[in-house]
Amino acid sequence: MSEDPKRTDTPDTPDEMSRRNFFIKMGVGSVAVAALGTTVFGYQYLSPNVLYEPSPIVDAGKPDHYPPDSVTLDPQTAIYVIRTAEGFFALSAICTHLGCLTAYKPDLGIIACPCHGSKFNKDGVKIEGPAPRPLPWLRMWLSEDGNLMVDRSNAIAIKQLVRV
Amino acid sequence: MANTLDQLVEQVRENRIWRSIFRSGTGASNLHRALFVQQNVFLHLFSVKARKRTVGFSATWYLGAMTFGTFLILVITGILLMLYYHPSVPQAYADMKDLQFVVSSGVFLRNLHRWSAHAMVFLVFAHMFKVFYRGACRPPREFNWVIGVVLLLVTLLLSYTGYLLPWDQLAYWAVTVGSNIASAVPVMGSKIRFLMLGGTAVNANALLRFYVLHCVILPFAATLLVAIHFWRIRKDGGIYAGEPAIEGKSE
Repeated sequence: MSEDPKRTDTPDTPDEMSRRNFFIKMGVGSVAVAALGTTVFGYQYLSPNVLYEPSPIVDAGKPDHYPPDSVTLDPQTAIYVIRTAEGFFALSAICTHLGCLTAYKPDLGIIACPCHGSKFNKDGVKIEGPAPRPLPWLRMWLSEDGNLMVDRSNAIAIKQLVRV
Repeated sequence: MANTLDQLVEQVRENRIWRSIFRSGTGASNLHRALFVQQNVFLHLFSVKARKRTVGFSATWYLGAMTFGTFLILVITGILLMLYYHPSVPQAYADMKDLQFVVSSGVFLRNLHRWSAHAMVFLVFAHMFKVFYRGACRPPREFNWVIGVVLLLVTLLLSYTGYLLPWDQLAYWAVTVGSNIASAVPVMGSKIRFLMLGGTAVNANALLRFYVLHCVILPFAATLLVAIHFWRIRKDGGIYAGEPAIEGKSE
């Protein structure tokens, strides 16, 4: 392609932009803006704003349903309600490795995961297996009508027992 | 008898309607055969001519062709299974059981779909080993190898998304584990899991998302990539025929 001296869209000075270059830059720029906007809208569209999932707060019933020194698993809500001599606490039953539902083995006194063999004691502390963290303690309190309540979305760092 | 059949075939091929569809015309010359391939929308992805040893069994063991064959079986049986399957929490498992026990030939189609899926994953790996150890992934075919790797990924994702759809215990826990593996990605792991499942747990949204991925997005991506994969074979000089030194020995 040879340069035509009569062409009007070539710049007179080197730092001046030609008409064609200007429109190319405008076009590329607007496509880039549109692509960015589409990415943002796409991400927002794909993240649901309302989840029709079960509530994280569980009513675990009256404390005297749980015999002394017991570990009770509710598979529907995936929590253990554990009663010791001192009081109650709630433990998440979801293995910290890859999210399987663990089970309590009463004869061994441990919590075991069927998927990849992690084992925990009744405090949620890992005994063996690939689990990277102990089973989290969940916030537990007594409701006004005397029921044990557990918030599954709220793991507590300081272990506290609910005394009844 | 054979003569009259040949004449009949010839008559059909001379027919105006036939000629309006297949432009290459009758005749068995190399030119006619080449034109037949070149002027067909599907066949034109392939070369009009191939070296004899590349179409023999030993060059490819037909692993790529068999992979494509299982893909076609999966598309056809999958579309048929879609006619009885609702991707919803109350119905998915029951529909799968209906396909097994109530729908005529349902169990055959479901098993065909399942076994073809297993066979496809096996064949993709076998095809890749064959291509790799023959050296067919070297330049100028390196980009087609890359497309092949993406196709392997699409195949595995198709397997994984299809695994959830029966909505039984095996499916549920497999996808729970799989989506937790995805959440191990640094920084954005839990966000990826949230987008993948459309929620915080494997639930109705996850089932629907996996269904759409399995039945629309991934098959469409696979079809597009397969078309490019085949076309690149032609563009890169046909199926790899082997090193010249090996050629001299075998012929």
